[in-house]
Amino acid sequence: MGSNLIDALFIFMLAAFIGFEVIRRISPLLHTPLMSLTNALDAIAVVGAIILVGEHKSTFSTALGVVAVIAATSNAVGGFLITDRMLKMFKTSRPTKP
Amino acid sequence: MMTFAGSQQIIEVIYLLASALFIFSLKWMSSPATARRGVWAGEIGMVLAIAGTLLHHGIVDYKWIAVALVLGAGIGVPLGLVQMTAVPQRTALSHAFGALCVTLVGTAEFYLRTPDVPRFMMAVLSMEVILGSLTFTGSLMAAGKLQEVLPQRPLTYRGQNFVNLSLLAISIGLAAYLVLHPGAKQLFPGMIGIPLLFGILMVVPIGGADMPTVISLLNSYAGLSAAAMGFVLDSKLLIIAGALDGSSGLILSVIMSKAMNRSFTNVLFGAFGQVQTSAATDQEAKTVRSATAEEAAAILSAANKVVVVPGYGMAVAQAQHKVRELYDALSKRGVDVRFAIHPVAGRMPGHMNVLLAEADIPYDRLLDMDEINGDFPQTDVALVIGANDVTNPAARTDANSPIFGMPILDVDKARTAMVIKRGMSPGFAGIDNPLYYLDRTLMLFGDVKSFVGNIVRELGGQG
Repeated sequence: MGSNLIDALFIFMLAAFIGFEVIRRISPLLHTPLMSLTNALDAIAVVGAIILVGEHKSTFSTALGVVAVIAATSNAVGGFLITDRMLKMFKTSRPTKP
Repeated sequence: MMTFAGSQQIIEVIYLLASALFIFSLKWMSSPATARRGVWAGEIGMVLAIAGTLLHHGIVDYKWIAVALVLGAGIGVPLGLVQMTAVPQRTALSHAFGALCVTLVGTAEFYLRTPDVPRFMMAVLSMEVILGSLTFTGSLMAAGKLQEVLPQRPLTYRGQNFVNLSLLAISIGLAAYLVLHPGAKQLFPGMIGIPLLFGILMVVPIGGADMPTVISLLNSYAGLSAAAMGFVLDSKLLIIAGALDGSSGLILSVIMSKAMNRSFTNVLFGAFGQVQTSAATDQEAKTVRSATAEEAAAILSAANKVVVVPGYGMAVAQAQHKVRELYDALSKRGVDVRFAIHPVAGRMPGHMNVLLAEADIPYDRLLDMDEINGDFPQTDVALVIGANDVTNPAARTDANSPIFGMPILDVDKARTAMVIKRGMSPGFAGIDNPLYYLDRTLMLFGDVKSFVGNIVRELGGQG
């Protein structure tokens, strides 16, 4: 546990730095799709919920897990879908319009 | 554990790949040219991670997983197909779902592990459920206000901050006790219930204009709670995704609070929505100049450079398509038309850009505040459509104004300013706007959508 914990903290710190550096560069133009995208990525919590359901350790934990999987999956599906829909709309004036 | 080392390592490698794809996904979001590739990277990463997880040796039953995945996808599709004007409430709702998932998993983990929960584990687990619960109800409240099923006006009462901070303190106190005595099961529901209540009360005093900050902040909380869940489950992938989401939300919150001239502590402690002091005092002797659509069209078509300032009023009136017609009609006459977007225009970060992009306005015509503000003195006409406080010059000049210090679009520096507005009523924050009384300002009274349509018709386009 001890070394795992320190490893995890290192990973958290490095990922947070990468997040700050990468996201700082994103233009305000795309802030709304950015938020729906990070939302969809955050739905990766589904992996924890899937294991909880699959391990079936108690009815209680399985029930909570099922709701958690539903919530996270709907975020992933809906989040990617709407982000792509939004990004499809962003066009420059350089190519000729149909 | 050793016997499963093989498959466990494969899963870890898949997670590693998914983490890299997530980082690329965000990196590609930096430009509209590569952004869609970013979505694909994210999708591939997500599918890989889920597939990898299904290989997990501890999984004995796939039936409920399948049911839940199908149900979740079924709910997700309509949520991904909402109208662009409804994106803010959809986003708030998805923060709530994310937080719900994290809270439920945290709760299940606690009851499975109690009373043998190591102290550090209990600490992060507490953080996970506290952040998750308050984000869940807070986001539901925000979504309700944005969807206008709840009153949008901020509700404030004496001692509000004291009540809120006390609730937060109590839940942290419960967490601290549980860290020391992880067997105290009976306290756990309190550690969920009190933050649930706190989440509601936190958003109660917040009005519509503050929503961009609140949504960003809730985004950050949702990310941090997911990262905490990663610590509990020892999942590096989850820690990385949570940290990325958390930092993204934090950056957006800071940008939003700067654009509203609120300090970050002010934002963190949910004290927004409190500047509702009535500055609307001496209304008497001020005169305004108004103009008809015909006159406005004549001035616009004689201009070389026009800057349009859209605000939430444009979104409410669904006028973005009419605005595009105006853009087309003026561009055809050789007028250079650009759009000035204030960071907090609309109800979430970047909201105006999405609406204008939806109306097919090229994104290289959309400029943020810092890019365009220096150009206003060389601008012939600044046309304000449904925006108010973000154009209020009192923010620069009047130290007594509640919005003093807030960065604004310098519309008053344009040669002519035109403001389309229903009437002279003050804006959302209830603050009078001196812009309207300037000699160079023309007020165009009427409904936003039909007024823009009338201008287009006068210009000879198909209004």
